[in-house]
Amino acid sequence: MSDRILVGTRKGTFAVTSSGGRWRPTLVGHAGAGVNFVATDPHSGTIWAALGHGHWGAKLSRSTDGGATWEDAPQIAYPDGARHYLPPPPTETGPGEGAPTLKPATLLKLWNIAFGREGQIFVGTIPGGLFESRDGGESFELNRPLWNHDSRGGDLFASEGSGTTKWFGTPAAEGEFAPGMHSIEIDPRDPDRILVAISTAGVFGTTDGGATWSVKNKGLVMDYSPNPTDEWAGHDPHAIMMCPGDPDHVWQQNHCGVFYSDDGAESWRKVSQPERGVHFGFPVAVDPNDGRTAWLVPGVSDMQRTAVDGGLFVACTEDGGESWTHLRDGLPQEEAYDVIYRHAFHIGGNRLAFGTTTGNLYLSEDRGESWTTVANNLPPVYSVRFG
Amino acid sequence: MPKVELTQHLYAFFPDLEGRELFVEGDTVADVVRGMEGIAPGFAFYVCDELGRLRQHVNIFVGDERVTDRVTLTDAVDAGSRVFILQALSGG
Repeated sequence: MSDRILVGTRKGTFAVTSSGGRWRPTLVGHAGAGVNFVATDPHSGTIWAALGHGHWGAKLSRSTDGGATWEDAPQIAYPDGARHYLPPPPTETGPGEGAPTLKPATLLKLWNIAFGREGQIFVGTIPGGLFESRDGGESFELNRPLWNHDSRGGDLFASEGSGTTKWFGTPAAEGEFAPGMHSIEIDPRDPDRILVAISTAGVFGTTDGGATWSVKNKGLVMDYSPNPTDEWAGHDPHAIMMCPGDPDHVWQQNHCGVFYSDDGAESWRKVSQPERGVHFGFPVAVDPNDGRTAWLVPGVSDMQRTAVDGGLFVACTEDGGESWTHLRDGLPQEEAYDVIYRHAFHIGGNRLAFGTTTGNLYLSEDRGESWTTVANNLPPVYSVRFG
Repeated sequence: MPKVELTQHLYAFFPDLEGRELFVEGDTVADVVRGMEGIAPGFAFYVCDELGRLRQHVNIFVGDERVTDRVTLTDAVDAGSRVFILQALSGG
């Protein structure tokens, strides 16, 4: 069970450790900078952080001494000739109009980091890129089969492609209405099996280490779409999470509910219970061994992104979403309006931790049965990871 | 050689530059950025994107004049130029 929690916030990287039975956060780096994601490479022990410097762009940072010192890592950049079709951005009154625009790709955001085999590091970016390092982060390359996927208009390195895209944008793009890759889940049984999730495109999977990709949106429902069961166009998974010990079990929340797959994302089924307040949210924590057991921190809806009725609770299922239990012990039950971003909830052994947009950090050491407040005045929390 | 002066913010990322007199060779602002990259590897990607364009919220002044070519950085500099690299006042 990990004794450290790494927390990425809008204003720096924090490490949370326990001393004398009390968990405390310490600012360990990147003071004043946005930290979208921070996590430890389990093979090397290097801590990697995905930074958003605002004026100065997105940067990858690393620490080889447990967070005592940081350095810029070799940076991720889109290769010459990388282009993509951007859909017209939404207007104040509705969807954007006109044809997609073909633009050169430049890095807008580093959004998440995942670790595969030893030396293998993946980074998800905006606009919609999967970058891979096979040398421990000394260099990164864009995964071209996914970048060139037919759903994005084909190989735009070599041609003008189809002239259109089924990948839409996200307001998280920081400057452009572009798609964002926020989830990279690697099957521990076979690291060539990878699922990724993109806002706004959906889930894609590969079984050959990224040489080929197929769409994995079957069973998802888009209430807002003219064709709600379309396997294409407009899916907005907020995050996907695979059970590492039972990797065919995969979870996600999106605008239209909680969805669960027990066949490796080949199909999804909706397991929301709106009458129990379990319907909308961003992150999912999945038991490391039992893929039917998962935890959520629900919000009201995509129209009202706040805690339900001003009381914060964690919803837990142990039967694949057939039933949900509310876990409230130790969490605020009045005047709480916290939202938990997509990377800000994590599990480490029997511990669960989540951080909120209002700078609160909560920890459970008994699988969610009871919670303690670790901090109340952090910057808005973007990422929480044990390790 | 043109003299380069930096916003205090950039010293946070390149502390070794603080307190140094920075002179680089070149005839254009693009040359200046390349020169700074030679002095401080990684510098150019803080100021420009991977296409070499000035980042949206970064400004470069040559003397009192803000550069006009933010895409290919062809504004001229000469041996007596003072080049200021700074950030726009934005953010939260």
